[in-house]
Amino acid sequence: MHILKILFKNAFRHKLRTALTILSITIAILAFSLLRTVISAWYAGVDASSASRLVTRNAVSLIFTLPLSYEEKIRQTEGVRIVSYGNWFGGIYIDEKNFFANFAVDPKTYLDLYPEFMLTGEEKNAFLRDRKSFVAGRKLAEKYGWKIGDIITLRGTIYPGNWEFVMRGIYRGRDETTDESQFFFHWDYLNETLKKTAPERADQIGWYMIGVTNPDLATEVAERIDRTFKNSIAETLTETEKAFQLGFVSMSNAIITAIRLVSLVVIVIILAVVANTMVMTSRERIGEYAIFKTLGFGGWRIAGLIVGESLVITMTGCAIGVALTFPTAKLFGHTMGTYFPVFNVGNDTIGYAIVSSVLVGILAAIIPTYRAIKIPIAEGLRSIG
Amino acid sequence: MENKAPIVEVRHVSKCYHRGSQIIPVLQDITFDIGDGEFLALMGPSGSGKSTLLNLIAGIDKVDAGTITVGGIDITTLSEMDLARWRSVNVGFIFQFYNLIPVLTAFENVELPLLLTSLSKAERRAHVEMALRVVNLLDRMDHYPKQLSGGQQQRVAIARAIVTDPTILVADEPTGDLDRVSTGEIMELMDTLNTESGKTIIMVTHDPRAARKAHHIRNLDKGVLDSDAHP
Ligand SMILES: Nc1ncnc2c1ncn2[C@@H]1O[C@H](COP(=O)(O)OP(=O)(O)OP(=O)(O)O)[C@@H](O)[C@H]1O
Ligand SMILES: [Mg+2]
Repeated sequence: MHILKILFKNAFRHKLRTALTILSITIAILAFSLLRTVISAWYAGVDASSASRLVTRNAVSLIFTLPLSYEEKIRQTEGVRIVSYGNWFGGIYIDEKNFFANFAVDPKTYLDLYPEFMLTGEEKNAFLRDRKSFVAGRKLAEKYGWKIGDIITLRGTIYPGNWEFVMRGIYRGRDETTDESQFFFHWDYLNETLKKTAPERADQIGWYMIGVTNPDLATEVAERIDRTFKNSIAETLTETEKAFQLGFVSMSNAIITAIRLVSLVVIVIILAVVANTMVMTSRERIGEYAIFKTLGFGGWRIAGLIVGESLVITMTGCAIGVALTFPTAKLFGHTMGTYFPVFNVGNDTIGYAIVSSVLVGILAAIIPTYRAIKIPIAEGLRSIG
Repeated sequence: MENKAPIVEVRHVSKCYHRGSQIIPVLQDITFDIGDGEFLALMGPSGSGKSTLLNLIAGIDKVDAGTITVGGIDITTLSEMDLARWRSVNVGFIFQFYNLIPVLTAFENVELPLLLTSLSKAERRAHVEMALRVVNLLDRMDHYPKQLSGGQQQRVAIARAIVTDPTILVADEPTGDLDRVSTGEIMELMDTLNTESGKTIIMVTHDPRAARKAHHIRNLDKGVLDSDAHP
């Protein structure tokens, strides 16, 4: 007979009580893992950003643009390998609920600068040739059932009117952290149209994207660029892509903190639930622990029985919770895909869930263990019968 | 039989319990010996301190004053941990309510004390089966306590008590919860253990029929032990 067998038999003696406790732990671990996945999804853009890319924007704010004429000057800056540019388009597909990132870019340089967006040679050529075409990420295309050659209409918000685009390619991400839900089209198409409808808005750039020759020199290059445009009509702010992304993310710092807090509270709640179960259980077992002690089982072994039982319960709940996390996250990622382009359950999340469960299992057993060890055997035995 | 060297020596043992600020004296200056291989019955009215005395000898309670020596070891000086180890080797326990672990089978209950030894699984199995054969329950070893009658449960408890081959067997009203037939069986078994295996037995009982198997009967009244009496 194995001690483990005693632990399992003890844990499932009160089937309903144990089942309910395990259910609570399962739900809590599920909630904990999903909340943590939301946080890491939030930061996914930051993680995916490249150290060898810079972003230049208007020093005042992102909503102010920069002149197209800066492109040439930036390209000539020492340490710059390639320059691309883009504008946030903010178009709506059929309904506002269908949110996804869509922007106008200079296609050739953009694809060069972002090798993680992978197109077949054929798709790439078709996209570059057709000025009214666009490329979408795999997830996005799957979600709306778009096929190559489909004509998609976006309703402009920043740029009014109905805009038609032809799908010429579906890009795949190079790895899991790549956002596969973007929509990008020719900046020229936007600009040519603006020249006719709103000429004062033409030749304006939302942000420049810059590839540097040497990532180690990225900060120097950034300073050099900003120096170039010092005291001009539109001063620039150049930072690494990472810093740029973090700027977006930190706007929502308060929300992130709130989510973190909630995920912590969830753990505290299961601690209370498991502790309650263990206190009830061990109170009923005082007589049995006295029998074990009578037979010569020492304090450590009694502690092992109680902590072990507590761990059996918490780890069962944890295992089910973790197992459910993956399909649930998949479902979640499917429906929220465009808000959280990368929604993968990280190993660290699972690690934290397991470590928290182990801690909960041990902490919940402390008081019952202390009581069971402290009570004199004779007194414990008197509780039988 | 009277000439055998004492295996248990109780010297000037006193014990009281505290109930709030009230002090309840239970045992007062008890001194007596139990010979090796003796079968002693402790009798006396309810609340006279029989269980308390038995618990002290078995090392599951602490004296207030006096010493108890078992097999040459003064157990009143042992630490909690040493006492636990000492019990696992030297004492076999039999209780009124059998005190089996309900989630374990008869076999597993008997095996329990052996988990504290360095015996291999096969050796443990051999010991358990031998003990169950002594109490004639080998065919019930996969039964859980609630699938056994009271008498059978008590026999499992006896198997558990003897499986480690302890120095002394202590029994607190082992037949207190049993009918006449089962009582007869259990007492027969205790008698066999005493006469054939030479086990020293200290048994608390209310039942004069049970006490008849003992060599000595001692009466405890209001914490004081009377002189020796033979059944
Ligand atoms: N843990 C305790 N706390 C307080 N009083 C106790 C405790 N244990 C025993 N007593 C008291 O000590 C006295 C002797 O108890 P003990 O159990 O030894 O009696 P007993 O002779 O075995 O009685 P019975 O025949 O009913 O089993 C009783 O008055 C009992 O109430
Ligand atoms: Mg008693």
